[in-house]
Amino acid sequence: MPRPHLALLIALLTAFAISQFSDHFNPYYLDVLAGIGINVILAVSLNLVNGYTGQFSLGHAGFMSVGAYLSAAVTLFFAPRLFGSDGGTAVQQGVLFLAALLVGGLCAAVAGLVVGVPSLRLKGDYLALVTLGFGEIIRVTFQNVEKLGGALGLNAIPPYTTLFWVLAFAAVTIFIITCLVNSTYGRGFIATHDDEIAAEAVGLNTTRYKIVAFVVGAFFAGIAGGLYAHFKTTITPGGFDFTKSIEIVVMVILGGMGNTLGVILAAVLLTLLPEVLRPVAEYRMILYSFLLIVLMIARPQGLFAFKLPKARST
Amino acid sequence: MLSVSDLHVSYGAISALAGISFEIAQGAIVTLIGGNGAGKTTALRTISGLLRARRGRIAFLGEDITALPAHKIVARGLCHVPEGRMIFSNLTVDENLAMGAYLLHDRALIAQNRDYVFGVFPRLKERLKQMAGTLSGGEQQMLAIGRALMGNPRFLMLDEPSLGIAPRLIGTIFEKIVEINRDRGITILLVEQNANLALEISRYAYVLETGRVALQGESAQLRTEPLLKATYLGG
Ligand SMILES: Nc1ncnc2c1ncn2[C@@H]1O[C@H](COP(=O)(O)OP(=O)(O)OP(=O)(O)O)[C@@H](O)[C@H]1O
Ligand SMILES: [Mg+2]
Repeated sequence: MPRPHLALLIALLTAFAISQFSDHFNPYYLDVLAGIGINVILAVSLNLVNGYTGQFSLGHAGFMSVGAYLSAAVTLFFAPRLFGSDGGTAVQQGVLFLAALLVGGLCAAVAGLVVGVPSLRLKGDYLALVTLGFGEIIRVTFQNVEKLGGALGLNAIPPYTTLFWVLAFAAVTIFIITCLVNSTYGRGFIATHDDEIAAEAVGLNTTRYKIVAFVVGAFFAGIAGGLYAHFKTTITPGGFDFTKSIEIVVMVILGGMGNTLGVILAAVLLTLLPEVLRPVAEYRMILYSFLLIVLMIARPQGLFAFKLPKARST
Repeated sequence: MLSVSDLHVSYGAISALAGISFEIAQGAIVTLIGGNGAGKTTALRTISGLLRARRGRIAFLGEDITALPAHKIVARGLCHVPEGRMIFSNLTVDENLAMGAYLLHDRALIAQNRDYVFGVFPRLKERLKQMAGTLSGGEQQMLAIGRALMGNPRFLMLDEPSLGIAPRLIGTIFEKIVEINRDRGITILLVEQNANLALEISRYAYVLETGRVALQGESAQLRTEPLLKATYLGG
């Protein structure tokens, strides 16, 4: 079995093993752990766009919200109709949840395509602005759709997200993105980033690469959104505003753009940091921002300037 | 092989090419010389589809390619080695070469091209696992040419391969260009500011001045042209 596949298998088994004990966990730790897993999915998928392909997207929270709302809409609609009042068996719930996550991910991917096709012709700052604007448009849209709860959001979403789902999806996301960028096709993302003219000159369709990165990134953001919705059981449009997007961008930058392992570590660290700072209550966010600035100045190339050992299938 | 007629290109309001025309015969080395800002790079970029012409027509092997996107032009065997050694600095030498064969699917052909590239530039073989960004200037130029050869081109356009390279390496690069043309029958369009060398290895030459063809002729004859001598050949 090739190494990345073996790693995925081990990760999935570990996720399963850990989830067997999750009933004994302190709910607070469970909460933090799930938050870490979801942020890892978000950061690793954004890294494909902002890190490997070199496009500056600020709209990741927007795609996350599409996944959150649509997957929640699916389970809210189907769970009572299919399972009645007893809530269905674990297997039934699992199947419905998986389907809902995929619907959320695919809708986010479609949103990625709709935003990406016109805007990926733009460079740098403009792309950042357009994606930022898009994220806000999505948020305002959800705020105004009464069927989706309007400004109050959706609640009583079935709590389908277990630790197993979060860890398993984090592992799958890392696996897919790593295999993708290490494939011969995927080297094209890095080539597009390194030099667009040279990439075009050897026959790469760089526009298509950017769109593929954007759509794949949006898909996983949508999955993360679905996991989040079924973990929190309540979502509001405000939870997906641009500060969330910036939080993810910071993880990517701090991890070292285009360095998957670094980005995973940064996602873990930056999710834990506000928790560790909890005792200092009202100064927490100030201290958090301050630490971020210090980290950026001290390690502009990313906190973790080492590369994931290359594991390639071809 | 390539025929350019009445090509006009501008960047916004600034005109860079004001109607240039030239022909390149199959199997030849043709050079395009001219000073800074004459429009040489613009001409190559337009031919390879990286820039759009405002007017004019580009035909390759008898077919109109003026409106084709870059990757479709490369697929027809027209390959451009851009100015300033544009290699993929975050990929290894090996991966850079693999990207050059991006459009090929025949593994045997790719392996054959690799062997050929290593034959021309043995240095690259020694540095396969090195990140391309850490290569020396000359090595990067070899890599850029090698990468282009990986795609099995019929027509190769080189934009100032001597730019920023140690003088003793320039001779080597030019020898390799002649070798590639002779052994593989690849037609070459060579853009150069180093007019002496370019005229030495080419059959025919065009001199570009502020977006127009100022002079053209057999390279051997142009070398004795008084006007050219004064401007480009150092008296
Ligand atoms: N991206 C651009 N935007 C605006 N003007 C440009 C751009 N690129 C080139 N130009 C202008 O077009 C003209 C032709 O430039 P080009 O790069 O084709 O010259 P060149 O012959 O390749 O010069 P050099 O030998 O210095 O490379 C110049 O006047 C240049 O300033
Ligand atoms: Mg030039």
